[in-house]
Amino acid sequence: MTDAIVLAVVVPIFGAMLSLIAGLRFDRSGWAIAALTCLGQLATAGIILATVVRDGRQAYALAGFQPPAGIELVADGLSAPVVVLIAAVSLAVVVYARQAGPRGNAFYTVYLLLCGGLAGVALTGDIFNMYVFLEITGLAAYALVASGDSTRSAVAGLKYLVLGTIGASLFLLGAGYAYIATGTLNMVDLSEQLAAAGYDSRLVLGAFGLLVTGLLVKVALFPVHTWQPKAYSSAPDSVSVYISALVSTVAAYAVARVLFTVFTPAFFAANPVAQTALLYAAAVSIVAGSVLAILQRDLKRMLAYSSVSQFGMVVAGFALLSQSAAVGGVIHLIGHAVLKGGLFAAVGVVAAQTGARSVDEYAGLAGRAPLSAALVAVLGLSLVGVPPSVGFVGKFYIAVGAVEAGEWPIAVVIFVSTVLTLAYFARIIERMYFAHSSPDTAVEGGEDVAADGGGPPGSVAGDGDGVTPEMVAVVVVAAVVAVTLGFAGSAIESFLEPTLTEVFGR
Amino acid sequence: MIDLLTTKYNYIAAILLMAGGLYMVVGDRNLVKKVIGMNLFQTGIFLFFITTAFVEDGRPPVIQEGTETYVSPLPHVLILTAIVVGVSLTAVALTLIIRIYSEYGTLREDVITEMETDD
Repeated sequence: MTDAIVLAVVVPIFGAMLSLIAGLRFDRSGWAIAALTCLGQLATAGIILATVVRDGRQAYALAGFQPPAGIELVADGLSAPVVVLIAAVSLAVVVYARQAGPRGNAFYTVYLLLCGGLAGVALTGDIFNMYVFLEITGLAAYALVASGDSTRSAVAGLKYLVLGTIGASLFLLGAGYAYIATGTLNMVDLSEQLAAAGYDSRLVLGAFGLLVTGLLVKVALFPVHTWQPKAYSSAPDSVSVYISALVSTVAAYAVARVLFTVFTPAFFAANPVAQTALLYAAAVSIVAGSVLAILQRDLKRMLAYSSVSQFGMVVAGFALLSQSAAVGGVIHLIGHAVLKGGLFAAVGVVAAQTGARSVDEYAGLAGRAPLSAALVAVLGLSLVGVPPSVGFVGKFYIAVGAVEAGEWPIAVVIFVSTVLTLAYFARIIERMYFAHSSPDTAVEGGEDVAADGGGPPGSVAGDGDGVTPEMVAVVVVAAVVAVTLGFAGSAIESFLEPTLTEVFGR
Repeated sequence: MIDLLTTKYNYIAAILLMAGGLYMVVGDRNLVKKVIGMNLFQTGIFLFFITTAFVEDGRPPVIQEGTETYVSPLPHVLILTAIVVGVSLTAVALTLIIRIYSEYGTLREDVITEMETDD
């Protein structure tokens, strides 16, 4: 069933073209096409996961050209869960966007293109192919960020475009260095040829530095995160949900691929300074992101800075190069995607219900929109890492891995960041449940809308178009998944074990 | 030094293009010039790839009788793809710039930032 691997990438790209062509005649057909395409992609992702669980690593040689000369798509323990995540989140956001907008076939064309690009990054086994898919992802993401109504979103999109392109170009240059050193672009072949070229060769070191730096720009680690808060906060709500849940996530997955598959732990054994540098960058990002998040008043900006911190943790999990930490990194990668996507969706629901967008406007929200307030609280506490949520499990594994690897400062940084994360979510929860909405902070006309979204569209104040039960359902599903995944920690660990044992050789 | 200039001038040109492009992206306030800088940066990388494909006494990679050495065709193919990516990026960037200009009436980044903090 290796055909499913290529279908997971081709189906969304085909759907994107279909949406574009259908838009010429039926300008309302985009949503249906996107929903069907995402269902199809979810089915192929499910098949991929089932196949990997049963038979282990699967590879598909594109156009029948065998690797290393040809390009191969690879599904293994690392990429299969990410593909399932991409397909599931894509479907959820399509459901969410039906009411939340933007509407029109042009939006869904770019959306499906982004979906295909993300699946491509996750599945490719070729470093140059990864560059191409990263750029497809980037191009679609820039366009989606700029699809907001205000010009502010165009400025944010342009800033994202310039920085994202620099990052991707550095990645391309790194791929060039690796190619010059080895004469191959296939990841598995690269890992052998790089070892043959010598891990102390300047070309190999340069390739590592450029590949990882380029990806870290896309992940938005401090201090190369500057594109990210503005892009997340200026984009339309549905787009914020999608890119916050997936775009940086897939870039962080690419970091794991480059560290584990291309360079392998043997490279870091030969160059301990590379690992130290990566850990420092991650640690700085964890703390700086949390501190910047505390300083924000706008909810979406706060969540954006929070991502800077959480991705620092994911990268630290991968850079620790211990099996527990890598498991933690993958769990936190997936858990963060669900939590942050859910939180952005919840913020969008609240904005549509009550018009509240800043921490002060959330005062007394529990009285006005009890369900939304409860969902924000549950998702926020999960991100802080309150057991038994997925946020706790991921952090726990990373911290255990840090202690195992003798890098106790990382464990301390994770603890400090947990406290800081609690600081900014506790403030929101305090506002929602214990503060009374004063006349100047409460937004008029939101009170009569039931939190379950039962109010008819049009009766809603604020800048939303009204809330439908589907939008709330998406947030509820995210919250339920976040808590359920918390119990699945050991299951995920045993699923990842064969792949990671191959990497770490234990 | 002279030796380096005469034998490795292709790499020096690539590095100059990249450095100049990066400086324009970071240092220039004009949005269009930023995009030009971005293009220069990418062009430097393209040149770097192409120049590494060169093989001493190599012939164009079209199979001929009596030719032993060919230049490597793979970097050319890769860069062909990267150029397409670069063109699409430029197109998207210019589209956004047109929209920004029609709204704010300026291309200067600092003026736009000022106008955004005002409203």
